Amino acid sequence: MKIVVLMKQVFDTEAKISLDGNKINKQGVSLVMNPYDEYAVELGLRIKEKFKGEVTVVSVGGPEVQDALRQALAMGADKAVLVDPGADEIDEYTTATILAKAIGGLEYNILLGGFKAIDDGSCQVCGRVAEILGVPVVNMVTQAEVEEDKAVVTCDIDGGSAVIEVKLPAMLTAQKGEIEPRYPSMKGIMQAKKKPMQKIGLGDIGLDAAQAAPKVKALSYSLPAARAAGKLVPGEPAEAAKELARLLREEAKVI
Amino acid sequence: MIFKLTEEQELLRKTVRDFAEKEIAPKAAEMDEKEEYDWDLWGKMAEMGLSGVPYPDEYEGAGMDNISYAIAVEELSRVCASSGVLVSAHTSLCAWPIYAFGTEEQKQKYLVPLANGEKIGAMGLTEPGAGSDAGSLKTTAVLDGDEYVLDGSKIFITNGYYADIYVIIAATDRALKHRGISAFVVEKGTPGFSFGKKEHKLGIRASATYELVFENCRIPKENILGKEGEGFKVIMKTLDGGRIGIAAQALGIAQGAYESALNYSKIREQFGKPISANQGIQWMLADMATRIEAARLLVYQAAWLKDNNESYSKQAAMAKLYAAETAMWVTTKAVQIYGGYGYTREYPVERMMRDAKITEIYEGTSEVQRIVIAASVLK
Amino acid sequence: MAKGIWVFTEQRDGEIKKVTYELLSAGRKVADSLGEELCAVLLGKGVSGLEGKLGEYGADKVYTVDSEALENYTTDAYTNILADLAKEHQPTAILLACSASGRDVAAQVAQRLGTGLMTDCTDMALEDGQLVFTRPVYAGKAIVKAACPEARPVMATIRPNVLAADAPQAGRAAQAVPVGGNTGDIRQVIKDIVKQISTRPELTEADIIVSGGRGIKGPENFALLEELADVLGAAVGASRAAVDAGWKSHSFQVGQTGKTVSPVLYIACGISGAIQHLAGMSSSKCIVAVNKDPEANIFKVADYGIVGDLFDVVPLLKEELKKLLA
Ligand SMILES: Cc1cc2nc3c(=O)[nH]c(=O)nc-3n(C[C@H](O)[C@H](O)[C@H](O)COP(=O)(O)OP(=O)(O)OC[C@H]3O[C@@H](n4cnc5c(N)ncnc54)[C@H](O)[C@@H]3O)c2cc1C
Repeated sequence: MKIVVLMKQVFDTEAKISLDGNKINKQGVSLVMNPYDEYAVELGLRIKEKFKGEVTVVSVGGPEVQDALRQALAMGADKAVLVDPGADEIDEYTTATILAKAIGGLEYNILLGGFKAIDDGSCQVCGRVAEILGVPVVNMVTQAEVEEDKAVVTCDIDGGSAVIEVKLPAMLTAQKGEIEPRYPSMKGIMQAKKKPMQKIGLGDIGLDAAQAAPKVKALSYSLPAARAAGKLVPGEPAEAAKELARLLREEAKVI
Repeated sequence: MIFKLTEEQELLRKTVRDFAEKEIAPKAAEMDEKEEYDWDLWGKMAEMGLSGVPYPDEYEGAGMDNISYAIAVEELSRVCASSGVLVSAHTSLCAWPIYAFGTEEQKQKYLVPLANGEKIGAMGLTEPGAGSDAGSLKTTAVLDGDEYVLDGSKIFITNGYYADIYVIIAATDRALKHRGISAFVVEKGTPGFSFGKKEHKLGIRASATYELVFENCRIPKENILGKEGEGFKVIMKTLDGGRIGIAAQALGIAQGAYESALNYSKIREQFGKPISANQGIQWMLADMATRIEAARLLVYQAAWLKDNNESYSKQAAMAKLYAAETAMWVTTKAVQIYGGYGYTREYPVERMMRDAKITEIYEGTSEVQRIVIAASVLK
Repeated sequence: MAKGIWVFTEQRDGEIKKVTYELLSAGRKVADSLGEELCAVLLGKGVSGLEGKLGEYGADKVYTVDSEALENYTTDAYTNILADLAKEHQPTAILLACSASGRDVAAQVAQRLGTGLMTDCTDMALEDGQLVFTRPVYAGKAIVKAACPEARPVMATIRPNVLAADAPQAGRAAQAVPVGGNTGDIRQVIKDIVKQISTRPELTEADIIVSGGRGIKGPENFALLEELADVLGAAVGASRAAVDAGWKSHSFQVGQTGKTVSPVLYIACGISGAIQHLAGMSSSKCIVAVNKDPEANIFKVADYGIVGDLFDVVPLLKEELKKLLA
């Protein structure tokens, strides 16, 4: 079974965000593997353990992304591919175009990714890649039974969950479910450095910058106005509760 | 000189930190309160290979260096000092002497299950009458046919009761004093080997500290580590390495307390501004950060020397002395920055301050470290 | 020429979701400014007849595909139909709800049409004739304004509860345009659907949410919050700490790795207010915090706070609100 996982490196959830002119300041921010992609890597490893096979992790980004790829290798993935887009201003269309081209050159039975990246929260790159490659997609998968030629998955839908069957190859995007991503083992960390990590550019996959030019343009960035701390309602619990109820009705007018 | 960790060491730090924050930190206060370790955590650590970080692959260790090992203990101790000493005593005090002095059979039989985490290790040296003066121990091991017969007791043994494998130091010939001491491997469950009192402590309360009792305890002759009479050498070498582990533990405690205090100083407001706006607090934070950095360099240097087969006894003693005193100083200041809240169990710095103290005592008190350092510089 | 602002109707079991009216109300203004028509796309089974409602909220035209095959949402069927319709009519923009299905179909259609898609938007405006969308990114710690300057249609998914729905105009009719629609080969085969049975509203749509964190201490104590929620007709949520402890399932989780919510009133009980939690709820209109710890971060964002034991405060608050609402 050839498994390909799409992985993004993102800012740590604790990261403080500041602006650098009209851009997000990336200096000194600690970077991590997108948590939903960790589920995807875990799912990939479990499929590999069931069928034997190979997990390749593919990412788009600069050299710093190697840290996250190395983490995936330490968890047990076999190979990593990193495509440098050679540009700062990219959108989901760009990323998906590059990923699809890179994956198109690989053998795969199943494609996995996180359903959302926690930085831009855009929830669309995997879907777009599936569309380009002509494979079916199932999003927000919390559980997956994978067989040789099909997958039966449980996924979140509006107002509940569904069990869906798709033929392989297919793209599944992981939502947080029952499976907990493993921590890289110490041995895994040592083995990771011996595993192949391919670093390539657009030219290597036969793309030129124009083909992957973004459709969406960021016009401006700003930081949200800080929510001012409101008032503490004083008094003993009974008194405070009564006053709070009054404030919610008369002052905030929310009930 | 290149002061930069390797990619593997960085990934190890991130991995252990992640694990410690997600799995251990939420339980640390409760384990301290109950004076009980949650042994599921050991299973998880073993699965990750934290049970045998610096041992080669052929013995089912992770095949990493001692800097990596120090980082692992540091990161565990950053959230829970009891977890740090669990790994440190297991790795440095029990697995190491078997690795360094054991026969191939002993390594296969004992080091492998220790390194892969199937079994937990402990080391028994201290006795009621033999603390800093380890050479005055009274526990005896007498050869009787194919067996050694152990009699005596050991106190304050970390991982006692829960450990499966014990390295025990006993006198094979008391007349020879230091040169009559030998080291043995004793398995839990051996007839004549039992457990006495469990200590109730100021800090590292989740770490088990037990008395070991040997009454006509017969172990196979081949369980001696090294030769008869080599025990003092075994123990001195073991403690040299163990000190790197304890120094790393102290470093982690200090780092954890410093980070907590730093964050708190930014959010706690008095006189209409965060307390970190006061120079008095800023200087405390600056000194904390500086001492921690100095301690870290000493700890990693000692580990590096060990990795490179250079003598590290003095540097290990310096690292342990300085890191332990830094931990005590930093945690005290951290409680100070927290004020009254820091004195309560609502916040972790109270536990960290209690935990820090032991690092100035075990595996050689700070006075003993100074004796070691002085002996070396006056040589 | 590209023409028309489209709103993809969010309906479930024949009931149109409020977010659709929010999108129509905002879309109406854009359409008027551009001098274009506002169209709704209505897919489902047994949905014919709902066009009137969409008209009342401002739709000029409703493309309806009423088919057995559309009873449940499937990526392929909905993508094929929406993409075909868009190719045929070339709208200027397609607006969808930022729901599981809205996000799902939007990504596929955007790629098929070779256009850009802005997701999880909280505002939309015309600036110099260009549709500009506001999106919180980095879990709400930064805000980006973005546009799709050339490719058409402009596509966006918008959070429920962030745009205002205008009052319906009774009797305002939309032109109903029934369409055959070809679902094509549906590769996602539904084997089973489990609906979350709850009399409480869904988290992402609720006007009021009562949420619990580590301070709740155990799963059984959520009953306390549920009682308060029922007095208010609110949904119940949980922080990551409560979910990780196994007290509530992940579907209740509010925060960066859970759901993003924007209710009118968010009541946080025993929640410390970790930055990851704030990421999921700080766009709530009014935030109330009940916490023992006066230093808890949640008080930094709360409009009203009570420093106290939630086990004392919550039952009392419930009684007070009951009296008020009686
Ligand atoms: C929680 C805990 C866990 C432990 N774990 C283990 C373990 O796993 N295995 C094990 O074998 N032991 C263990 N120990 C024992 C520990 O190593 C000893 O307690 C330590 O070496 C000190 O010995 P002592 O307590 O007998 O103190 P003493 O040696 O009696 O020292 C008392 C004081 O006198 C000072 N002092 C002693 N000699 C001198 C001198 N020559 N010059 C100046 N000052 C001196 C000491 O520094 C100290 O301040 C543990 C102890 C504790 C409390």
